[in-house]
Amino acid sequence: MSRAALPPDEVGEMLLRVRGLGKSFTLHLQGGLRIPVLAGIALALHGGECVMLSGPSGIGKSTLVRSLYGNYRAQAGEILVRHAGAWVDLAASDPRTVLEIRRQTIGYVSQFLRVVPRVPTLEIVAEPARLAGSAPAEAAERARALLLRLNIPERLHVLPPATFSGGERQRVNLARGFAGGHPILLLDEPTASLDAENCAVVIDLVREAKARGAAILGIMHDAAARDAIADRLFPLTPLQDAA
Amino acid sequence: MNGYNFAYLDEQTKRMVRRALLKAVAVPGHQVPFGSREMPLPYGWGTGGIQVTASILGPDDVLKVIDQGADDTTNAVSIRRFFARTAGVATTTRTVEASVIQSRHRIPETALREGQIVVYQVPLPEPLARLEPSRAAAREMHAMADYGLMHVKLYEDIARLGHVSISFDYPVMVNGRYLMAPSPIPAFDNPKLDMSPALHLFGAGREKRIYAVPPYTEVRSLAFDDHPFRLIRAPHACALCGARTSYLDEIVTDDQGGRMFVCSDTDYCAEQRGKRTAA
Amino acid sequence: MSPDPLLSAPLLSARGLSVRLGRVAALDGVDVDLWPGEVLAVVGESGSGKTTLLNTLFGTQCPDRGVVRYRDPDGRVHDVHRMSRPMLRTLHRSDWGFVYQEPRQALRMAVSAGGNVGERLMAPGINSAGARHYGRIREAAIAWLREVEIDPTRIDDLPRTFSGGMLQRLQIARTLVTHPRLVFMDEPTGGLDVSVQARLLDLIRTLVARLRIAVVLVTHDIAVARLLADRMLVMQAGRVVETGLTDQVLDDPQEPYTQLLVSSVLLA
Repeated sequence: MSRAALPPDEVGEMLLRVRGLGKSFTLHLQGGLRIPVLAGIALALHGGECVMLSGPSGIGKSTLVRSLYGNYRAQAGEILVRHAGAWVDLAASDPRTVLEIRRQTIGYVSQFLRVVPRVPTLEIVAEPARLAGSAPAEAAERARALLLRLNIPERLHVLPPATFSGGERQRVNLARGFAGGHPILLLDEPTASLDAENCAVVIDLVREAKARGAAILGIMHDAAARDAIADRLFPLTPLQDAA
Repeated sequence: MNGYNFAYLDEQTKRMVRRALLKAVAVPGHQVPFGSREMPLPYGWGTGGIQVTASILGPDDVLKVIDQGADDTTNAVSIRRFFARTAGVATTTRTVEASVIQSRHRIPETALREGQIVVYQVPLPEPLARLEPSRAAAREMHAMADYGLMHVKLYEDIARLGHVSISFDYPVMVNGRYLMAPSPIPAFDNPKLDMSPALHLFGAGREKRIYAVPPYTEVRSLAFDDHPFRLIRAPHACALCGARTSYLDEIVTDDQGGRMFVCSDTDYCAEQRGKRTAA
Repeated sequence: MSPDPLLSAPLLSARGLSVRLGRVAALDGVDVDLWPGEVLAVVGESGSGKTTLLNTLFGTQCPDRGVVRYRDPDGRVHDVHRMSRPMLRTLHRSDWGFVYQEPRQALRMAVSAGGNVGERLMAPGINSAGARHYGRIREAAIAWLREVEIDPTRIDDLPRTFSGGMLQRLQIARTLVTHPRLVFMDEPTGGLDVSVQARLLDLIRTLVARLRIAVVLVTHDIAVARLLADRMLVMQAGRVVETGLTDQVLDDPQEPYTQLLVSSVLLA
């Protein structure tokens, strides 16, 4: 799944292309109040580059990331993904195709780890790699290595994350996201609850992912960390008209 | 006998029973409902068997009646006398001479031949009765040939006891299609039904069902491949005739635990004894 | 659409299902597709028609209008409601399964755990070698008891000695023993204690994923849908109000009723 390492300044082929993306929320329980959040969004993402969304809080950075993952439904526009050698519009795809894209092509590190009771941490982290086609032993080994790098000691690997602290859960989340080896990676506040040491680990992981040709799109409020890994910023501007 | 039709039943009733018998013979092992009549003896005393016998008996028939293999028990004697009086047919205790044999709880040891008819008295015609209390569900199982439940019962026996615990009325598959209760004959007698040259008719008076196994029909006792059907018999010789292959009755002779084993089939035993004295 | 090597035709396909129960339209023009290995949750409140939909898909409820089509392992398509009774019965015991909310409905309480699990193997029409082999049936029963985390030494115990969670797991073993490709589940964790539910859900999740079983799961519990289902149907008054990826329907509900349903869930 990973490609040969690229020279740091050279970007690879385009892997994600967004055109005219529009997203609004209609709150039927509040009398049909319509809140437009995104309009006319256009961006391109290439292998080996890291693009960070910027803009004030509440402007729709998270909404954009979730829309790119298919977690939110876009009302307008296209989300073209390079998937299995062809271009697929994720915004117009049926649910099974979206699941396929998530399995093979787009990885996602969300802000919150949804805890599944009883499943050991190692299994949670290894799962995306397994679903993408790695052999179970290989996936487990990669998971273990990543967890150790993120300072989750081995004795915790067999435990379900239910009893872990917020920071620990976030690191499990990160390990899960990076273990998958997806060509496109979406990161939503990956360092939010991390200390400096673990933050540095994440920066390294992003750099390594870039080096293997992955395309990264993320949100980070920590300006220093953001600048360390971002190749460019994509600013979101407030919409002129609101309902 | 004045005031009674030949063999007691009126001709219309006999026709009705014969129609049921024809259906039964056409679909071996399948239970056919029939309009069971009031008979001059209570339910549970063989009214089904008697109605079948009455319907098929003709003036030239020779009738044998056995109860637990014996010609001389009270019920066998009563039924034989009933037909002697109402039909005037010849009766016999010898299997080889009989054309119709009415039986409760045994098939004669002496091999049957073509042209002979065995009529069985059946208390419970439904082989699934104890496993599936719902009649409708049991009928559906027969219709779908879905007999997994009976195998479950065998499985349970083997799991609990190491062997199947059914010793009489052992369920059989008839003609590869219907699960049948062969009446409370001992499991020992089941093989006699398989490819038998005789015609076997089963009548349940209280339950109002008739079924049949035509001559030369495949009748297989239910079993697992690794727990095949076994013949169970007391490991003794008959105390009277010395036979080692017949089904034995255990008779308690005193109250110190003394007992003897004798052939349940009295005609067979007598014949063996005759052979011994002749030899 | 990009070509997907795993893509095949739907396993189950229903169009225009309508069922009237008395004066009520229990189902009103419902379409459903289910692909191999996919878990579909049907979510709704009481009276939404979700159980009627389940039963109509399964074949036990006859629709007034509409058709349910099923693709068998050989690729042949059958109209479920035009199948002969014996064929449907065989289907229910081999390639399909049904997990009831109340396990006592499906289990034989007077038959041992092993007998319960092995029963479908003893039914006719099961052509696999060992269908009439006591030893192999027992081995299969032991293996499946292990799969559902029931101690195999309890194989000869009667189900009346089992707890509620164990009974439900026994029902699952009994259902999966013939390796069905499609299992219908009606509130499989309803009525169980929360801790027991968690274990059962995890078991279902693992088995379904490993054995690649397609599932139609009826539940009123959105958390169960989120955990188990790839896709979701939201039903109200006999109609499908919204459908899509589970996480999308729950995180970005479009329809008023869906928004109401999602916002009504109490968070622990």
